[in-house]
Amino acid sequence: MTSLTIFYTVLFYFATLVLLGGVAYRIYEYGRTPAPLNIPTTPAPTGKGGVAVRMAREVVLFESLFKSNKWIWLFGWLFHVGLALVLLRHVRYFQEPVWFLVEFIQPFGKYASFAMVVGLAGLWARRFLVDRVRYISTPSDHLMLALLIAIGLSGMLMTFVAHTDIVAVKAFMLGLMTFDFRPMPADPVLMAHLFLVAVLMIIFPVSKLLHAPGIFFSPTRNQADDPRETRHIAPWAAALERDKA
Amino acid sequence: MAGPEFEVPALSEYTEVPKIKEGATAHLKSFLAAETSQSYLGYPHQLPADWKERALDRMGQVLEKYRSVRVFMDACVHCGACTDKCHYFLGTADPNNMPVARQELMRKVYRRYFTLPGKIAPWLVGAEDLTEDTLNKWYNYYHQCSECRRCSVYCPYGIDTAEITMAGREILNYVGVGQKYSSEILVKVQKIGNNLGLPGPALEDTLLGLEEDIEADTGVPVKMPLDVEGAEILLVTPSADFFSEPHVESLIGYAKVFHAAGASWTLSSKASEAGNFGLFNGNYETMRNIAMRIRDAALELGVKRIIVGECGHAWRVAYAFWNTLTGIGYGGDDPFSVELQNQLDPRYPQPMHICEYTWDLIEKGVLKFDKSLNDDRVITFHDSCNVARASRMGTEPGGQFTIPRNIIRAVANNFQDMAAETIGESTFCCGGGGGLLTDDLIEVRVKGALPRMNAYNNVVQGQGVNFLALICAICKAQFTKVLPYYGFDRNMVGGVHQLVGTAIKLD
Repeated sequence: MTSLTIFYTVLFYFATLVLLGGVAYRIYEYGRTPAPLNIPTTPAPTGKGGVAVRMAREVVLFESLFKSNKWIWLFGWLFHVGLALVLLRHVRYFQEPVWFLVEFIQPFGKYASFAMVVGLAGLWARRFLVDRVRYISTPSDHLMLALLIAIGLSGMLMTFVAHTDIVAVKAFMLGLMTFDFRPMPADPVLMAHLFLVAVLMIIFPVSKLLHAPGIFFSPTRNQADDPRETRHIAPWAAALERDKA
Repeated sequence: MAGPEFEVPALSEYTEVPKIKEGATAHLKSFLAAETSQSYLGYPHQLPADWKERALDRMGQVLEKYRSVRVFMDACVHCGACTDKCHYFLGTADPNNMPVARQELMRKVYRRYFTLPGKIAPWLVGAEDLTEDTLNKWYNYYHQCSECRRCSVYCPYGIDTAEITMAGREILNYVGVGQKYSSEILVKVQKIGNNLGLPGPALEDTLLGLEEDIEADTGVPVKMPLDVEGAEILLVTPSADFFSEPHVESLIGYAKVFHAAGASWTLSSKASEAGNFGLFNGNYETMRNIAMRIRDAALELGVKRIIVGECGHAWRVAYAFWNTLTGIGYGGDDPFSVELQNQLDPRYPQPMHICEYTWDLIEKGVLKFDKSLNDDRVITFHDSCNVARASRMGTEPGGQFTIPRNIIRAVANNFQDMAAETIGESTFCCGGGGGLLTDDLIEVRVKGALPRMNAYNNVVQGQGVNFLALICAICKAQFTKVLPYYGFDRNMVGGVHQLVGTAIKLD
C-alpha cells in the first residue's frame, strides 16, 4: 500500500468513528437530559401525530424559516436539498449493486450540486452584506461555509471538468467497507475533496452542524400541547416532590 | 414624573428594521436586589469570592436539567432569522437585543468551558472567558428580554431565547446578582400571598367596596366572595385586578359573569395572586412553591373547578405548568395528583381560563348582552405573548386567538384587528413582560413597545380605534404607562372582561 492509501484509509476510519461516535454521544446526551416543563411554541399540535407532521414540515420544508426570512429560506433550502440529492447520488460509491433510487437520481444529483453551491454562496454573502448577520458571524461560521463550498466545487470539478477515475474511487471505498484495501487514486482534486469531507465529518459532533440532530430534540417543536391532560414530570422534579412530601 | 431622559421613537406605518447601534442600551441596568430579598430566596446578595466556580457549576446543572438549554446552546447556526424579530432590538437597535446575540452572551461561555473547540481554539468559535464584564452584560441584557418567545416562532430549530434568559437570570442569582423588582415580588408573594404585598383584610375591604360600587351602579347585588369553603369555583387572578386601574374593571366583569351564570364561586386570600414571577427567573423550585399556594387553597376550600383571571404569564404557568408543578390537571396517577383529581370536576378542563369560561356560557346562551353599551368604543385586541405562544384556550390549537376575539364580538359592535403580522403567534410583546415592569427600566419598556405602538397607531388613525383590549395584567400596567409617551390617552387601555362587564345584562 502506498503512503497515500494508508493516509486516506486511516483518515476515513478515524473520521467515520468520530462522526458516528460523536453524534451518537450527542444524541444520547440530548435524550438523557429531561425537558421538565411543557414548552411547545404554540399554537402547537395537541397529539403525537400532529407533532410528527409539524417536525416533518420543519425538517423538509423549513417552515419556521420560511415564515421568518424568505432569503435565508431560499438559500438554506437550496443548499440542503442540493446536499441531500448529492449525498444520495454518492451512495453509489458505497454499494454494489446500486439501488434503483440511487441510479434514478444520478442526473438530478449531478445538477443539484449547483443548487448547493448557489445556496451556500447566498448564505455567505449575507454574512457580509447584512449588518445584523455580520455582527453575529464568527470565524468558524465563515470557515464552515468555505469548507462546504470547497467540497462542492472540488466535487463539481470532477463531475463536469476534470473527470476522476470513479471506478478506482469506488474500489477504494468498497475496500474500506470490506477491509479489502484498494489503492487511493492519486488525483489531487479527489484528494482535496475527500480530505475536506473527512474534516467535515470530524468537526460535525463539536460544531453547529449539531443543528441536524438537535432539531429533533427541540422541546418547542417536539412536544405536544397537552399539559392539562398529561402530567409532564422530569425524574429530578419527581424526586423533589418525594423529598418535600 | 420627570420627563424622559431618552428619545421616544417616532411612530411610523411599518416598523423598520434598524441598522445596528452597538452599545445603544448597554447602560440600562435594572436596580440590583438587596440582601433581604436575596437571602429569603436562598441566594447571596453580592459576588462571592468563588463566584466563577459557582456560576459555571450552576450552568452545568442547568445543562443537565434542561434539555431546552442544552440543545439550544448547540443548535444555533447563526443564520440570522431571529435578528429582526425582537421588539427590544427593533426599538433600541442594540445588537445584543437580537435574540441570537442575547443567546450568544451565554453561548460564548458555554463554548469556552463546556465544548472541545472552545477549550482549544476560543478565538475560532467565538468562545470567551467568564469575567465580571460578562456578568454585567448578562445582567443588563437578560433584563432587556421579556421572555415573549417571538424569536422561537421564527427560529428554524425553535430556539427559545426565553429559556436562555431564564437560565441566565438563575445563574446570576446564584452568584448574588439579582434584580430588585423580581426578587422583592418573589418574597412578597411567598410571605404575604400576592405580588403587591397586600394583606387579607385589605383585600376583604376592597371586595366589599367593589360590591357596593356595583350595586350602586347597576342596582344588582353582585357578590365578590372571599374564602368561601365549599364553593364550586376558585377564581385565581392577578392581584392587580384588586387594586389597579383598569384591571379592577375586569374583576367586576368576572363577578358579573359569575352572577349572571348563577355560579357558586370564591376568591382566596391565600391564593390572591395568579402571577408567578418564578417563571421569569427560571427557578423551578421557587415557581413550584408559589404555584403550590393555589393547590393548597383549592384543597382547603374544597372547590371543584379552578379558573384563572386575565393574566398572560400566569396563564402560561397555570395552563402549561400547574399540572406538572402541583397536580392541578389530569393524567397524573401518583397519590399527589390523584388527591386533587378526586376533588375536581372531571367534566371541565383544569385549570380553565376566564375567557374559556365566559365564551362557553355565551355559546350556551346563558349570558345576555346589550352590545350597544359598548358602542362608544372601537376596539382592537392585543394578543399577550404568553397566552399567544405558550398556552392555549379551548380544544383547538389557536383557540387562544379566537376565543377572546369571539367574546369581544359577542359583547361589542366595533372590533378591528391590527395588522396580521403583529397579532396571533406573531404578536409583539407590550414591552413590559418577563420582570421588566419596573420604572428603572422605563427606557427599555418605552422603546420595546414601539412595534406594538406602530401597529396600534395604524388602527387608531385608520379605523378610529379607541380601546386596546387586553387579557394580561402586565400588558395593562405597561400600556397604561407607555401609551402617553407615544401621544395616546392612557384610558384607551382596558380588559376584555371590562367590555363583558359593560354590556352584560344582569337581573
